[in-house]
Amino acid sequence: MKITREEVQRVALLARLQLSPEEENQLTEQLDKILDYMEKLKQLDTEKVEPLAHVVDIVNAFRQDRVVNEPQPEKLLANAPAREKTFLKVPKIIE
Amino acid sequence: MSLHTSTIHELNAKLKKREISSVELTESVFARISAVEERLHSYITLCRESGLKEARRADERLKSGGDNSPLLGIPIALKDIFVTEGVLTTCSSKILGNFIPPYDGTAVKKLKASGAVIVGKTNMDEFAMGSSTENSAFALTRNPWNVERVPGGSSGGSAAAVAADECIAALGTDTGGSIRQPAACCGIVGLKPTYGRVSRFGVIAFASSLDQVGPMTKDTMDCALLLEAIAGHDAADSTSVPAPVPPYTTGLDGNVKGLKAGIPKEYFIPGMQRDVEQAVKDAIRTLEKNGMEVVEVSLPHAEYAVAVYYIIATAEASSNLARYDGMKYGYRALAKDLAETYFKTRQEGFGAEVKRRIMLGTYVLSAGYYDAYYLKAQKVRALIKRDFEEAFKQCDVIVTPTSPTTAFKVGEKTADPLEMYLSDIFTISVNLAGLPGLSLPCGFDAKNMPIGMQIIGKHFDEASMLRVAHAYEQSTEWHRMKPKP
Repeated sequence: MKITREEVQRVALLARLQLSPEEENQLTEQLDKILDYMEKLKQLDTEKVEPLAHVVDIVNAFRQDRVVNEPQPEKLLANAPAREKTFLKVPKIIE
Repeated sequence: MSLHTSTIHELNAKLKKREISSVELTESVFARISAVEERLHSYITLCRESGLKEARRADERLKSGGDNSPLLGIPIALKDIFVTEGVLTTCSSKILGNFIPPYDGTAVKKLKASGAVIVGKTNMDEFAMGSSTENSAFALTRNPWNVERVPGGSSGGSAAAVAADECIAALGTDTGGSIRQPAACCGIVGLKPTYGRVSRFGVIAFASSLDQVGPMTKDTMDCALLLEAIAGHDAADSTSVPAPVPPYTTGLDGNVKGLKAGIPKEYFIPGMQRDVEQAVKDAIRTLEKNGMEVVEVSLPHAEYAVAVYYIIATAEASSNLARYDGMKYGYRALAKDLAETYFKTRQEGFGAEVKRRIMLGTYVLSAGYYDAYYLKAQKVRALIKRDFEEAFKQCDVIVTPTSPTTAFKVGEKTADPLEMYLSDIFTISVNLAGLPGLSLPCGFDAKNMPIGMQIIGKHFDEASMLRVAHAYEQSTEWHRMKPKP
């Protein structure tokens, strides 16, 4: 077994996903199979290989810290799940 | 010939001569949509009203003359991953089921500025995660060549819409094959540009080191035209590259003499559909007849690409999708406190494949597994890129099948995620190496389903890739075949 049900529960907690017991079962089985397939990478000796995070040689793209777009609070808030005046309304964080 | 069946370059000539108007053309496209959409479900949202308004505006520009944009008045569809001002943008996810973006992304802005008419937003796999468009929260798109089969994915709605003449051309995105594989499945041309060639500003992120925007069209000339319109540096996307954009259409003169096509031996694998292998081998002979030289090349790490991809892409996705927390936009579940709101929102808002990939990505990045999976995958990614660098010392383009099979049946691979992942086996390494890749029609299998050939270019050499594709197209009739949906 590459991954246990307990690990699936732990990862779900990290990912903020509330899985149903059926989903936990299914994911344990599926992820186990997928991770098993990934074992094939271990065949390769990569001791001296530099990891590649990005394919194009780019450096930080700096720009002037200037406002280039008009602030549009109404347009942005139109998508808010809940709002009050010009604020996003979110569940209470501190009791 | 009806207007909706034509290509951009054919229609552009007629529009310029004022033989037709953009309004007529746009109405023809919407009439076609009304006729076939019930069977195909290519679209999530149609922009009939704003589209006709854009068409009227294009007609005014055409009337005043002097406007050389090849896209002026041309109806184009957008994958629902492109944010569009004032138009519902769902990414085929329940979590964005009510999201109306306050702005246009760069590619969309460029299309609008060049006078294109936006027809609507096409169906896709949720967050572009899938190879069949079956992972959409809203619709099941059918392949226009056979409605019992999938259109491929994740840009399946765009591919089906182009193939069925429900638009003149479309934009898709490609993270591991999501433009090329559906293009192959639906018998159209699809191009994934070099990483950094087209801005991703305003494109909903899946895996940021792999995602690219590209055209999906009825032939290679259209593909070159559409790429020209969207390519180029953008200050709003720090990964876009400030390299000049060459005129892609000027190289399409049929001359490929002396160009070398590399054929990777590792890409003709056991288990591949025989018709596909045969069609691509025949196509390679046609390239030779056109004057190209064919050489065998080797991409020894090809077999590791799928494993590398599903570590890197899911890791990046788990991080990109962390933003969907139900606070600022999109779906929010009702819950008793903040923590439960997060958990329930994401549980209810994401579909099964998205959750699977978030889980896998979170796992490979988590303490204790990072080195074994994520770091290892990044190292093998370097080897895959190096393979291509070596191969390209011997050739100008690399030619392979786009997918090991033609479009499969609806439901055939949904039960086995790994099986589904393997349908991208030939396209994935191109994204990992950041190269440009194109798929174009090269035949049909015994069941009359289209077959795609993939042409891979060197970094920022989309021009050679298009030149080879166009020369092939000139000597065949595959791209003229139309489905009867």
